[in-house]
Amino acid sequence: MKRSTLLNWLIVVAVVALAAIPVLFIEGEFGGADGIAEESITESHPDYEPWFSSLYEPPSGEIESGLFALQAAIGAGVVCYYFGVARTKRRFAREAAAAAAAAEGESDRPQPVDARDS
Amino acid sequence: MHIAEGYLPPLHAAAWGVAAAPFVIHGARAVVRQVREEPDTKLLLGAAGAFSFVLSALKIPSVTGSCSHPTGTGLGAVLFRPPVMALLGTIVLFFQAVLLAHGGLTTLGANVFSMAIIGPWVAYGVYRLTRRLGGGLGLGVFLAAALGDLATYCVTSVQLALAFPDAASGIGGAIVKFGSIFAITQIPLAISEGLLTLLVVRLLVRISPDELRRLRILPAATPAASKEVDA
Repeated sequence: MKRSTLLNWLIVVAVVALAAIPVLFIEGEFGGADGIAEESITESHPDYEPWFSSLYEPPSGEIESGLFALQAAIGAGVVCYYFGVARTKRRFAREAAAAAAAAEGESDRPQPVDARDS
Repeated sequence: MHIAEGYLPPLHAAAWGVAAAPFVIHGARAVVRQVREEPDTKLLLGAAGAFSFVLSALKIPSVTGSCSHPTGTGLGAVLFRPPVMALLGTIVLFFQAVLLAHGGLTTLGANVFSMAIIGPWVAYGVYRLTRRLGGGLGLGVFLAAALGDLATYCVTSVQLALAFPDAASGIGGAIVKFGSIFAITQIPLAISEGLLTLLVVRLLVRISPDELRRLRILPAATPAASKEVDA
């Protein structure tokens, strides 16, 4: 494996470890920080009434997590589409350049020989 | 960093909306200009927006025993400059506010200000500073994404503290309180975001160096270098 590929995999491992270590070693409910901030506001300012509520709220946790998964899937799809396109484009460009160089090389080769002979 | 719907008093909500609006309009024009002037980078621009879409959907557990999510705005800010991310980040936040009841329309201005404006500008500033001080591309990208992410959550903490100052310790105390909820949770996530952004840029350097040269992330090929390639 190339050194840079190895480093890329190490980055992936580090990201997974950063997420996994808290779950394995830290006690907590792992609620969302946004929700905790909300609770803290209700605690310190009990008279504050949210004056607007969401127009649409996912009816259940399942649907909500589904929509989050959809968001991630759309994003990942576009990112990976880009990488697929870019990689293929690069390969075709390289092949075309190699083919052009080969063709040029064939037509060029006799000339220097002639030049040397004369 | 999503301030929930209705959780900023009307005056604050309106003020953040007014503050964010010009950046978003400017960002929309920046996106149009980018697409018109360099159509070859259109797909990469879409990918940068999509990167933010993915990362802001991922709620990751953190050392404080709670979960939060990265923002993914650093990549686009470094590649395309921050104005572009003002629009792309707003689209992400709007999607979450309308379909996921995550964040809100009344708090959209405040959330846009932290995630789509300050985050990208801090990321870009850190990137430029790192490069000027002689740091490499990788280090610049990592620090930019990580600190941009962290900056977003610090802004959220300040926004909430301004709206809900502590009865005893005032705004300062409230900043510490909200900071301990958001910013500390965010530190390992910011490192994750820095690493993921670094990974994407490393892959881009390998497979689309031409686009990066066009965006001046990689130095333009010098005549000598291109001659070398020809030979």
